[in-house]
Amino acid sequence: MNELLSLLVDSSFWVAVLRIATPLIFGTLGVLLCERAGVLNLGIEGIMVAGAFIGWLTVHSGAGLWGGVLAAAFVGGLLGALHALLVVRLPLSQHVAGLGITLFATSLSYFAYRVLFPKVDSPPKIEAFSEMSWLPIPVLAEQTPLTLLAVLLVPAIWYVLYRTPLGLALRAVGESPHAVEAQGIDVVRLRSGPVIAGSALMGVAGSFLTLAAFNSFFFNMVNGRGWICVALVVFASWRPGKALIGALLFAFFDAAQLRLQQAGGGLLPYQLYLMLPYVLSIVALVLVARKAAYPQALMKPYVKGTR
Amino acid sequence: MTVLSINNISKRFDDLIANDDVSLTLAKGEVLALLGENGAGKSTLMNILFGHYVADSGSISVFGETLPPGDTRAAIARGVGMVHQHFTLADNLSVIDNVMLGTESILRPFASRAAAAERLQALAERFGLQIDQNALVRFLSVGEKQRVEILKALYRGAKILILDEPTSVLTPQEVAQLFATLKQLVAEGLSIVFISHKLDEVLAIAHRIAVLRAGKLVFEGGTKDATKAALARAMIGRDVEALPSVVTSVQPERIDQPVLALESVSAHADDARLKLDGVSLDVRVGEIVAIAGVSGNGQSLLADVVFGVAHVEQGRVLLRGKALPLRARAMIVHGVARIPEDRQHVGSVSDLSVWENAILPRVNDARFSEWGVINSRASRAHASALVKSFDVRLASIEQPIRALSGGNIQKLILGRELSEAPTLIIAAQPTWGLDVGAVSFIHSQLRNATARGTAVLLISEDLDEVFALADRIAVMSKGRLSQARAASEWTMESIGLAMAGEVDARSREHRAA
Amino acid sequence: MRDRENTVRLEARSSISTIAPLIAGLTAIFFTLAVCGLLVLWAKADVASAYVAIYEGALGSRFAITETFTRATPLMLTGLAAAVAFRARLYNIGAEGQLYMGAIAAVAASVVMTNDAGELALPTSLAFLLMIAAGALAGAALLIVPTLLKTKFKVDEVVTTLLLNFIALLFVSLLLDGPLKDPSAMGWPQSPTLLSDLEFSKLVERGRVHTGLLFAIGLALVLSFVIRYTSFGLAMRAVGANDRAAAFAGIGVNATLIKVAFISGALAGLAGVGEVAGRAGYVTLDMSPGYGYSGIVIAMLAGLSPIGVILAALFVGGTIVGADAMSRSVNVPTYIADVIVATALIAVLVASLLTRYRIVWRAKTAAKR
Repeated sequence: MNELLSLLVDSSFWVAVLRIATPLIFGTLGVLLCERAGVLNLGIEGIMVAGAFIGWLTVHSGAGLWGGVLAAAFVGGLLGALHALLVVRLPLSQHVAGLGITLFATSLSYFAYRVLFPKVDSPPKIEAFSEMSWLPIPVLAEQTPLTLLAVLLVPAIWYVLYRTPLGLALRAVGESPHAVEAQGIDVVRLRSGPVIAGSALMGVAGSFLTLAAFNSFFFNMVNGRGWICVALVVFASWRPGKALIGALLFAFFDAAQLRLQQAGGGLLPYQLYLMLPYVLSIVALVLVARKAAYPQALMKPYVKGTR
Repeated sequence: MTVLSINNISKRFDDLIANDDVSLTLAKGEVLALLGENGAGKSTLMNILFGHYVADSGSISVFGETLPPGDTRAAIARGVGMVHQHFTLADNLSVIDNVMLGTESILRPFASRAAAAERLQALAERFGLQIDQNALVRFLSVGEKQRVEILKALYRGAKILILDEPTSVLTPQEVAQLFATLKQLVAEGLSIVFISHKLDEVLAIAHRIAVLRAGKLVFEGGTKDATKAALARAMIGRDVEALPSVVTSVQPERIDQPVLALESVSAHADDARLKLDGVSLDVRVGEIVAIAGVSGNGQSLLADVVFGVAHVEQGRVLLRGKALPLRARAMIVHGVARIPEDRQHVGSVSDLSVWENAILPRVNDARFSEWGVINSRASRAHASALVKSFDVRLASIEQPIRALSGGNIQKLILGRELSEAPTLIIAAQPTWGLDVGAVSFIHSQLRNATARGTAVLLISEDLDEVFALADRIAVMSKGRLSQARAASEWTMESIGLAMAGEVDARSREHRAA
Repeated sequence: MRDRENTVRLEARSSISTIAPLIAGLTAIFFTLAVCGLLVLWAKADVASAYVAIYEGALGSRFAITETFTRATPLMLTGLAAAVAFRARLYNIGAEGQLYMGAIAAVAASVVMTNDAGELALPTSLAFLLMIAAGALAGAALLIVPTLLKTKFKVDEVVTTLLLNFIALLFVSLLLDGPLKDPSAMGWPQSPTLLSDLEFSKLVERGRVHTGLLFAIGLALVLSFVIRYTSFGLAMRAVGANDRAAAFAGIGVNATLIKVAFISGALAGLAGVGEVAGRAGYVTLDMSPGYGYSGIVIAMLAGLSPIGVILAALFVGGTIVGADAMSRSVNVPTYIADVIVATALIAVLVASLLTRYRIVWRAKTAAKR
């Protein structure tokens, strides 16, 4: 218990929390945009892999770090466009198409990595984002600019969703595409846009791993973070503010288990600590499930002229 | 002055001719009723006007300008507004959000909510359509939702208002209120197309009437020159057959014990906003008891309860005096015939074949399966027999049932349930959306069943149907059920008040007196 | 945002011709080969020889064929697991974890049934059955949990089954560090080897293909019968197509889902048993290269038909085996196998959709005339 208390006053602990939370914030906001528009995007896991790889590759090939982030967003958006083509333009199962995209993006990234770097033993490194030591805010100053971007995105997305005509249409189309169609707004475009934008954010989430958290690309580096974002969105009731809180809460437990694992000194098997975040995600889902106000049209393909 | 002219519109879907060279005009300040059976092409025509469909040929002009086909926004911009039968509101948004949806350029960086609220308020006051702007649409009654839809159209500057079956969800009083609103709109210079299949309403509100049958315009004329009989003939294409008369003289002797008795049944719907509050009712041998009410007042929950698919919190249900576990399985085993409101999504599994649907509720019956293996020959034979005796039109019993029309699906469900010689039939909205032929077939089947001594519980929002069939009527409002009284004791006015929830006060007075 | 939706739209076809699915399938295969051909070119290899190498590696020799069958065996079982669950619209994406649970349970059963002398404490046939039951139950248990969460608390099973994959793998890792650690494997996390009495027998000499294959094919035939001809199969299909209508027809939806979860999880568990008892002999943490996830792809390629799963599993298994061989000779990374499978999945999904719908291209100007 003492260890836990000492954690809370340790600023390096909070630095870790925010660092772990960053990709989850990007990813959860991405899923949120897709699902608000009525589209489940299980492609997130693969899109994050692709974002991590492309972001890293771009920087490794000599572009700047922000160039890498942009490239990751672009590739994420491209994969999002494919998903939108499959499940919005064509009424395919959102579950299966998403898993297909994850498999496609993951295997293609690994394939490309092996084609470009056939015989490397240790993964090539890049110069990653550095901390924002110029920032006079304690914990945040020890983060990279991507974390700042993630945090700023939360109010930005909130504003778009709740204060603009586009956000209004977006919230409507995930609930009742018929309401949107009756106003002469193209449902396919209105849904595709957020899927592409959300997927771009997932790409950025992946790029954080190679451009800020680590400085190289390796296999299995995403390791289920995408799936956790899908769970976090339910926990957040599809609201940007709560998504931020959810991501921070998850990161808090993840950072705490890392510390406790070190402090515990092998008292408990380390696997139990590693399980904790996944178990907590499931518990969180159970807690909110009964009240969860799913967007009513989520996972329902829309074919014009049918009800 | 002609505000709208529809010129030689034709539209076909695969083999179905939905509109066949239809031409119509609408004058300023006029109410034009578009009359026709379900499937006659009324909705298709209006959807073409509104840009949801593109016509194969023909054109539409509004205020003298030709509308670009398939362009809903152009239609809205030229002053066409539509109130769909199935409301097009997003439940998760407030009234004002729903009204604003699509009115501002989607790329604008901010929404002018204050100005919009002011304008909406002004409109609401001008036309007497009061509504709480900040209420979530989810919590509105059906009548209120319709008001929002009308306001939505007016907010967009509609000069031509199309209302698709607007009265089907309203109480008689609400219908009267709607008609008053429509008259005021017309007086302000709007023009209205009123789509309906109810003759009395059409005669009451319309200046001019057009009748569509099988996609063709078969009648057009002033209301003065129209009679109910002539309109009915035009709609159906032949004289309306008198319903097969029921042998009322040989009413089976009524035994005191009711077939079905509900004793203060309470239940909650999934979303917890709707509940049944101590509902009591009995249905006796050989009678039809109808439950009337406005959609959304708990009838579908009551139907789910008596169908055995909703959870009952309190109270009990007795079948022939014995407590009946309210589970679908138990009801089927005890010989309760169940005909649900939604034939496509509840009454049948659309991806399964016709014969699989025909046996689905009784698949574990020794007739249809042994040791868990389906006897497909017997099952198919049973399905074929049903298809024959209930006149289900289909190509093959191997077809998925979704390939059948609504009327034919309903006939199959009816046959599936009635062929089991039930002691009780529970039917929810059994004729909703069917054409006249199918309606009269189903009505006569229900009546014939009562002549054989079967008890019928009919849950219907269609007052014409309720009065046509019921021996006794109870009214549901806000989850409570009034006492069942003989049909002759009800008037349109009293039933309308009861539907609006004013029955308690009255019946209390009644009892006090 | 103007309404231009009418330029492209889908219309359901009223009838589906018999050759349409065939054409669609061939088009999908051609598309997949073309896309992956480009990738092979990018890897600076000759496309034709790469494809020939894949074919040779998968079917070119007796050894290649036995390897393809060996690979296809767990894939058939995970494919069946997904097909059964998806039929009832239970989105079991946790077959990977269920496979590991089945595998570790088989080893645990073997350890428990071994006496001090290192021999089976029970008659072999009984012990064999108990091992299989343990694996099936362990797999089933891992799926029953999220299914109960779905039926009791309405928790979406997609995310929970996905997350349980990670939990299951950590749990297996924990066992491999503790009670099921192989003392002779130096530091490497590996379980003790299964008693040889409990191993599946080999089908051919000098090949790894084992009786698990026959077992999997047999299960596919049984499932095909159950789905098509039994009242349980009908209930399952009804629940999958429309659970409200199924409930109305007196089918216990939750009970059906739990039975389906039991079957699906058990099938995935059996895939793990087969890998331990038929091939590896022990459990490691890299035992499955994603067989659980591939099972979903296989089920979809097969259109959720159990017989189709046999063929799709052979296709995917052959692709993996062939790509492995090809990467050794032609120097194209072996990940090409997953790319081929993913591309084939997407292509087949689109192609089969287009047999049911027709895309109507209608230029706005043309409609205006």
